[in-house]
Amino acid sequence: MRFGVVRFPGSNCEQDVIIACRYLGLDVGYIWHGDTDLSGFDAIVLPGGFSYGDYIRTGAVARFSPVMGEVVRFAERGGPVLGVCNGFQILTEAHMLPGAMLRNRGLKFICETVPLRVERNICPWVDLPDSTVVRIPINHNEGNFTADAETLARLDANGQVVIRYCEPDGTRAPGGSAPNGAADDIAGICNERGNVFGLMPHPERVVDPEANGTDGQHFFTSIVAHMAGV
Amino acid sequence: VKIGKYIRLDVSDGPDELARVSEMCDRLLANPVIEEYRIVESEEAVTA
Repeated sequence: MRFGVVRFPGSNCEQDVIIACRYLGLDVGYIWHGDTDLSGFDAIVLPGGFSYGDYIRTGAVARFSPVMGEVVRFAERGGPVLGVCNGFQILTEAHMLPGAMLRNRGLKFICETVPLRVERNICPWVDLPDSTVVRIPINHNEGNFTADAETLARLDANGQVVIRYCEPDGTRAPGGSAPNGAADDIAGICNERGNVFGLMPHPERVVDPEANGTDGQHFFTSIVAHMAGV
Repeated sequence: VKIGKYIRLDVSDGPDELARVSEMCDRLLANPVIEEYRIVESEEAVTA
């Protein structure tokens, strides 16, 4: 199984994903945003960063990159697609995931390691027991996920909410636990089929025990086991 | 508090221009999930 990491102008976490995959013994390579051939890749990662300088809105321009048409078709065939941070923003702008990103509540860029709770979900990218608490860094200015009430209810009912911001003990504060103000404390969602997954935290930064811990490993290894039918 | 963007586009006259500008707004200039837009036509001559 080979991972492909798309490099847009302004991406800056693609190397972290490559290094994380290699650390985990996974086959991985870069995909240039101008390429339209995804043959040879079994999973696609849209990395974090500031694609196209965040002009207009985060992810709004990257959505029109030549590669994105192929990424849409890849996902429609059931291929697994992961969007991290700016990658998540691109997935919402491309309508591959519902909702949109507003600026963080408080209007400040947030860079910190936060507790997250794995929800009961249908997403093969995160095969961890419900209510598992992981600690993963967030690093964004526009992570305040929003969607209308009907969409939020549907995401919840379908098991499309994959991870939520929470307190260190896994509970959710009455006023919300999302440092960025995200609706329903949502940190990561998947599409109805489960194969397209977007999350604001950066699991690629927590795979090596000598650098921040290993809580992010599952976000890459689960899909490998799923694809192998394990 | 209301925060907005003002985008000025000079386009030629034509029967399909309004539809074209609307499509530009829907697909790129605005995100209808979080933003509303209004197109204002002006007779003002282009000097810039």
